Amino acid sequence: MTAIAKKLKSSKKMLINLGLIALLIILAVWPLLTLSEAGFEGADGEAEAVILEISDSYEPWFAPLLEPKSGEIESLLFALQAAVGSGVVFYGLGYMVGKSKKESSA
Amino acid sequence: MPVRNYWILGFFFLILLLPRAASAMHIMEGFLPPGWSIAWAIITIPFILVGYLSIKRILLEHPRTMMLLAMACAFAFVLSALKLPSVTGSCSHPTGLGFGTILFGPMAMTVIAFIVLLFQALLLAHGGLTTIGANTFSMGVIGPFVAFAAYWLVKKTKGPQWLAVFLAAALGNLATYITTSVQLALAFPSEIGGFTASLAKFASIFALTQVPLAVSEGILTILIFNAVAAYGISELKDLKVILKEG
Repeated sequence: MTAIAKKLKSSKKMLINLGLIALLIILAVWPLLTLSEAGFEGADGEAEAVILEISDSYEPWFAPLLEPKSGEIESLLFALQAAVGSGVVFYGLGYMVGKSKKESSA
Repeated sequence: MPVRNYWILGFFFLILLLPRAASAMHIMEGFLPPGWSIAWAIITIPFILVGYLSIKRILLEHPRTMMLLAMACAFAFVLSALKLPSVTGSCSHPTGLGFGTILFGPMAMTVIAFIVLLFQALLLAHGGLTTIGANTFSMGVIGPFVAFAAYWLVKKTKGPQWLAVFLAAALGNLATYITTSVQLALAFPSEIGGFTASLAKFASIFALTQVPLAVSEGILTILIFNAVAAYGISELKDLKVILKEG
């Protein structure tokens, strides 16, 4: 493969990736824009309501051992979870990029 | 009117009818009766054991795939922390297990799902210890199994790589939450109509929220898979992921 063809192929890949990322953002933003009334609660509490509707005498028999003290603490823990996870993912990617470069130059 | 338009119209009305639908995530702490909690735990334990052995075997045979395993686990951690808005006006999150399923097979993913769920149950009060058996079964057994079947089917019919990756992740995600609906319906059959009425109720809420998120998960998995395939081709060959050169 000539250098130009290689470059063209990699820029095509880049375009596809950018398009996919744009699609992801649209998928996430679309409901926020179109459903201005919705609460976007995400809390599992809403599923509880359905259970209580079906069997109204049900009492949860076990409570979480540790509950985040507030929404702030919860978002801190979720942010940490995502940060540590993406740290590992990109450490691995970087390691692979470095290794494949070393192999191709050797 | 073409059939497709009826579908779109139907979806539109469903969305109108469900302005504040419940979000589908994991079954909450204490919300499965003790009998079901124990039953799901007993069903799930063998899968975790087999999964552990399968991971051990893979790492013994191909030690250099350790990095990929760590990445697959981390990918699941990242994705299950991302609560995304959905068309039903509530939020839910992807599972991130499709990626690892493609690389390491469905058995190994049971262990990873268990680790992620344990972390969230202990620290985030998300899911729960009493429901971890049921949640591991839906997210770590059924989801990855469906993902693997989808991947295998597309590969077998010589479909493109991206489609195999996309369908594995998206269908695995959907299957996870359909299983959650089934588990809830089994534990809480409706007084009128029993199991099927409950299932219809839970599934109509859970599955619809999950459809756009399944698409998002499919796209995210394509992105990570392409990145890994571009640089980690030798590791992927170890795992026999790439059946034919792309």
